[in-house]
Amino acid sequence: MSAVISGPMLAEPVKGGHKPAIKVEKIVKQFRGFTAVDDISFQVGEGEVFGLLGPNGAGKSTLIRMMTTLIPITSGRAVVGGFDVSVDPDGARRAIGVIPQAMTSDLDLSVYENLSIFAKLYGVPRSKRKPIIDELLESVDLSKWRDAEVKKLSGGMRRRVEIARGLVHSPSIFFLDEPTTGLDPVSRVAVWEMIVKIKEQRNLAVLITTHYMDEADRLCDRIAIVDHGKLVALEKPAVLKQSVPGSTVIEVQFIAPPQDWVQELERIPGVRSVQNEAAGMFRLLTDEGSKTTTAMVDLANRKNVEVKTLSVQNTTLDDVFVHYTGRALHD
Amino acid sequence: MTRVFAIAERELLKFFRSPALMITSMLLPLAQLLILGNAFGGRVQHTTLAVVDQDHGPQALRVIEMLRAVHVNANTFNPVMYDDQQTAVEDVRNGRVQGALVIPANFSRKVYAQTRPHIGLIVDNTDGFISSTYEGEMQALADALNAPDIEQRMAQKIAVSTVELYPYIEYMKYLLPGSITLAIFVSVMIGGGIVYIDDKARGIHEGYLVTPITGPELILGLNLAGAVKAMASGLVITTIGMLLSGIVIFNPFRIFWLLLLIVLTASAFICMTSFMMARVDDPMIPRAIFGVLNTLLFFPSGAIYPVGAFPTWLRVVAAVDPFTYAVHGFRAMLLKEAGFAAIWPDVTFLAVFTILTWTGTALLFKRTL
Repeated sequence: MSAVISGPMLAEPVKGGHKPAIKVEKIVKQFRGFTAVDDISFQVGEGEVFGLLGPNGAGKSTLIRMMTTLIPITSGRAVVGGFDVSVDPDGARRAIGVIPQAMTSDLDLSVYENLSIFAKLYGVPRSKRKPIIDELLESVDLSKWRDAEVKKLSGGMRRRVEIARGLVHSPSIFFLDEPTTGLDPVSRVAVWEMIVKIKEQRNLAVLITTHYMDEADRLCDRIAIVDHGKLVALEKPAVLKQSVPGSTVIEVQFIAPPQDWVQELERIPGVRSVQNEAAGMFRLLTDEGSKTTTAMVDLANRKNVEVKTLSVQNTTLDDVFVHYTGRALHD
Repeated sequence: MTRVFAIAERELLKFFRSPALMITSMLLPLAQLLILGNAFGGRVQHTTLAVVDQDHGPQALRVIEMLRAVHVNANTFNPVMYDDQQTAVEDVRNGRVQGALVIPANFSRKVYAQTRPHIGLIVDNTDGFISSTYEGEMQALADALNAPDIEQRMAQKIAVSTVELYPYIEYMKYLLPGSITLAIFVSVMIGGGIVYIDDKARGIHEGYLVTPITGPELILGLNLAGAVKAMASGLVITTIGMLLSGIVIFNPFRIFWLLLLIVLTASAFICMTSFMMARVDDPMIPRAIFGVLNTLLFFPSGAIYPVGAFPTWLRVVAAVDPFTYAVHGFRAMLLKEAGFAAIWPDVTFLAVFTILTWTGTALLFKRTL
């Protein structure tokens, strides 16, 4: 499997002006001999939403922590907002807003107090603090809750506090490390909408890590798939989907299929690949969805193999991930 | 300094909004003062002394009358007559009585004949405090019995006259400096480096580390908040303790020196704990350490027992223990009406200790994850 990482893509981000907002070159992070991030390079343009997609432990958080000055880089270089994070970490910190994976707002303080304290930490002048915080609270729909203690807010509202907190010093680049992990579906959608709205209002470059395919698909202009510390694919979501052989995915579960069933399925016209998953579940990639489905059901009838469940869908980022890494995100 | 004050503000907002935390840190040391002050400070009273009179003579009667006089006045013990020595000794062993006095047969005869008369005192020496009290009482009783009926005009024995510089100091007053020091230390345990360990455990510190705050600024902010909490605690217990002990200070200089000692003690303690916790990540470690550390620092300080009575190695511990200097300084200000001349070594030690431990923390502190 060849990764979709083209030279021009690295040199010229999808959006943006003359210089990239983030430039990562051959970055490596090792922990006592273990390589968590292995020779990764990419660029993010101004105003671009860039997704780092991968399972837990793939190295996404390590990568984002190096770019946000939280951990030192073993080798390579990361330039954020024009500042090399190893040479001028303070410059980089002033240019970026960061929402770490863990909840970093103080639960015992009010929403306003949390934002006010971070405004002071970032050196926002006294005269500007209140108007900036009021505007941010308006943007994240928390004006009504400004004096409420954070511990009294729902998970989704707390995430919105975090988003506002990360923007209190008006950064040009925004890092979000798994911003919707642990949220219910309604809160996730609300956070997505918030991110899109704020990004458009402020023309931010956004780097987001996630292990949710739908999140990456919906939010990101480009996606980098990371697995075992390596960059295995980097492109626009649509291009990544097109790069997977077969435009349709058929997921089918048979009851007691014979030993050579994979070979039988592969012989159906139009089938590009067959993966045998657990409990009689098979995943077929095909260019001819309806014809392949009909042929497969005919085959099962002829061979007296009972079909238990069947679903047909277009290629998703899940399929892209499986294609490039050889396994599903949840493996 | 805005960033330093922002870190301190966060901590103090939380502290002053938590009445339970404030009460715990300020009032528990006060309870300790009351309990220890009364538990250690009292005289032995209401004990029972077995008296075995095997003489039944006039001199034995004189001894028994003197014992009854002690009972009526100081009430150190209540003398109870026993018929035989064996039962009395058995009752001392099983704790029914705290001591036994045996007046042997022919005691009166020996007194009159001046042939070395003896009274036997049997004590439970597993309880050193009561046994030494009994020995003291009986020695006083023997001195009274030995006193000549008519004093010589020219005393031939050397006598020592003691002049007490200060009014009688109850044990609770003696303990007050230690209790103030302990209150400050207890408050320190909910601030400084320990707060940062909790922040690390919850991941909150990542939020700070992505801001432009420097390591020394972060430490200074945490220590400032911790010191303010400890100072508040020290001030409260000093005020209440002075009211309870009847100590009044009108001299504005002494009030200033007292406040300076509170500030320096709080600063020294918070910097010490932050230094100790600079590389700790596990929030269970401070909980495991501080219960013991409390004892390790408090008892060698002279707060309860004088440093002069310690073995050499323990005196060395006392010499590097910041508690020692805090207790000494508070004692000089509260009990001795002393001025700066009495506390400058304490002030100097605490200030240097603060600077050294803060610098050590700044050097050890990792500003990355």
